[in-house]
Amino acid sequence: MIDAAKIAALGILTLLFAIAANWGTDPVYRFHAFLLALLSAGLFIWSIRRAGGQDRYAIDGPRPESGYNDDVVRAGVIATTLWGVVGFLAGTYVAFQLAFPLLNWDLPWTSFGRLRPLHTSAVIFAFGGNALIATSFYIVQRTCAAPLWGGRNLAWFVFWGYQLFIVLAATGYVLGSTQSKEYAEPEWYVDLWLTIVWVAYLAIYLGTIVKRREPHIYVANWFFLAFIVTIAMLHVVNNIAIPVSIWSSQSVILFPGVQGAMVQWWYGHNAVGFFLTAGFLGMMYYFIPKQAERPVYSYKLSIIHFWALIFLYIWAGPHHLHYTALPDWAQVLGMVMSIILWMPSWGGMINGLMTLQGAWDKLRTDPVLRMLVVSVGFYGMATFEGPMMSIRSVNSLSHYTDWTIGHVHSGALGWNGMITFGALYYLVPRLWNRERLYSISLVSWHFWLATIGIVLYAASMWVTGIMEGLMWREVDAQGFLVNSFADTVAAKFPMYVVRALGGALFLTGALIMAYNLWKTAVGAGETASARPVPAE
Amino acid sequence: MADNDKILDPEKDPNVSTISDFPDEIPNELPHQSWVLRNHSKLERNAFLLLVFSLIVVSIGGIVQIVPLFYLDNTIEEVDGMRPYSPLELAGRNIYVREGCYVCHSQMIRVMRDEVQRYGHYSLAAESMYDHPFQWGSKRTGPDLARIGGRYSDDWHRAHFENPRDLVPESIMPAYPWLARTPINSENIEAVMRANRASGVPYTDEMLAEARADFRTQADPDTGDVDALLARYPKAQARNFDGAPGESELDAVIAYLQMLGTLVDFSTFEPDASR
Repeated sequence: MIDAAKIAALGILTLLFAIAANWGTDPVYRFHAFLLALLSAGLFIWSIRRAGGQDRYAIDGPRPESGYNDDVVRAGVIATTLWGVVGFLAGTYVAFQLAFPLLNWDLPWTSFGRLRPLHTSAVIFAFGGNALIATSFYIVQRTCAAPLWGGRNLAWFVFWGYQLFIVLAATGYVLGSTQSKEYAEPEWYVDLWLTIVWVAYLAIYLGTIVKRREPHIYVANWFFLAFIVTIAMLHVVNNIAIPVSIWSSQSVILFPGVQGAMVQWWYGHNAVGFFLTAGFLGMMYYFIPKQAERPVYSYKLSIIHFWALIFLYIWAGPHHLHYTALPDWAQVLGMVMSIILWMPSWGGMINGLMTLQGAWDKLRTDPVLRMLVVSVGFYGMATFEGPMMSIRSVNSLSHYTDWTIGHVHSGALGWNGMITFGALYYLVPRLWNRERLYSISLVSWHFWLATIGIVLYAASMWVTGIMEGLMWREVDAQGFLVNSFADTVAAKFPMYVVRALGGALFLTGALIMAYNLWKTAVGAGETASARPVPAE
Repeated sequence: MADNDKILDPEKDPNVSTISDFPDEIPNELPHQSWVLRNHSKLERNAFLLLVFSLIVVSIGGIVQIVPLFYLDNTIEEVDGMRPYSPLELAGRNIYVREGCYVCHSQMIRVMRDEVQRYGHYSLAAESMYDHPFQWGSKRTGPDLARIGGRYSDDWHRAHFENPRDLVPESIMPAYPWLARTPINSENIEAVMRANRASGVPYTDEMLAEARADFRTQADPDTGDVDALLARYPKAQARNFDGAPGESELDAVIAYLQMLGTLVDFSTFEPDASR
């Protein structure tokens, strides 16, 4: 009966998408409708073939009721690695485009304006998002001693639904479909789809916590829960739009001009604050204590900095709009809250670093722990730099310059990247049931390549950012501007090359990691006796 | 599932530790002595309570900062000259959005001496009141475009889109040669204007009815009634922007760029000190 309903639903869906592909008024819409028609047709045929049969657990043995659901975590780990490489590659490529404009190839699909959102979304939502989903599913099961709520199908729906969101968003950018809201570029129907997936994610997460067998909800889960629910709020409000027609990929954002700018940066800064900070702090609160084999340093501090962090982050948006047409009261409010935010941010850093007390010696021998700790170091650095840049007088120099780009990347590469790498190195041997990683020395290589890459990136962007900020405002004795805009562009060239090389080093490190994780997963690192010998 | 016994044991995972877990060390949980900690443990033991509390805490900042912008009178200055985009300008704006121009170009001149000297009068909130969404940008890899209108000739823009480095050797902007080659049609423009009207842009019924005619007239003034276009969209510039017969995407983009920042009459503008 359920099979019949599923097959009928998929058949109708295929038909609807085929109609949409036919009636769509623009190429992106038609392409996406065609893609979805193919996908639902494939699922339709697959469902027919499987109808009435046994599921694989019925053949292999009884369906495990109490075991953790790690299949989806394994898939998430693979997706994180894959999207990470794609995102870093896109980033390195656009960095070279800025140094050598020839690389735009005079084609719409490869020009910087379309590839830049591809890079940011691939790194934030594809790499970061998959890392968050995979690790949160792993952590919530273990810290609650309960399998994922909602069963296997719901977890798989979240995983594959999220991948579909990424594919729709990425292909849309390349073909020219965007709302032009930074980090919220996907159009209305992609946004609606993500909302559905995200609500399912929240349901799984909350359900698992409700069913937990531990009396306390562990700290990591507070952060993950706050991250999921806040992202839901931000995503829905920021993307309110009126579609031009249901047969068109285009929409018109509801909020105009100044209100729209405020809503966008309320969203934009908290994509950083909740997606890239609160969620990743959840990862920190699990993997650092586990890898260091020490309890979290201070329980009280985690309470204080959790509530302070989630309360204050939301206010920080207006520091993206200093000296603009946003009314001054909002700018000053945003600045003050951003500076106060320094403290709860460092509360998290202190709690992470001090967890190593009594285990500092492990840093000498364990490159995975070193990666996790360095990520917290970068977190501390970026969350000091951020409040400083939110001061209006500093911001008057730094805003619109490469300094902002450098700041974002010391956070994204240093904090989000490194802690994710550490988590992947932690997870792969355990998820694939291996004794240890294939190669520890490759982890060291990755660590140093990534660290040097970040240093090159951040340093070159400090130089160009401060330089161009000063050149823009430089006046001569008569009070006339000294530099044309083109002068500042020419002056930045050498540093743009250095930045791109820094990105290339970071990418190389990630490729080494992908190789190392692959070899670990297939069991290449195991002792000879444990490895099956192929028959000759 | 039996193959991962190693990781099935919840005892091996971090939890709130007590003095009994680490007798020789400092535990991370001291006994709940304070009022705050005693009560906080209620939140830690109830998932729904934790969720609701978190949601309340994260809602406050946005409500305080966003909601007043919709009712405070001084948020948007009173100025003369602002009007909705003409159909051709709106189509140009859509191409500007499609190509991701906002990624490198801001449209927001800040209230700083060097910016006013370089780009012109600082931007007003009123100047983006019909922008859905705003195009203020966040990065100046290229210069600000808030007042690019009238700064360069159509010829300059044509050559610049074909290859920016022909005019500005230092430029790192991509070339956009396909804009001149891609014809644009106005089939869709009335629907886009309707969606804008639904978002609050005051397009009149007449503007919607004449949308396609106005679109054509602005790019090809010989074919239509320019006076009627100007009555509906004062200060609109009607000419063959791309210098070629027919309407191309380049017509629309140049029409958009040439009107940016030109609408407000600054001779009648008085800054509001309360802002």
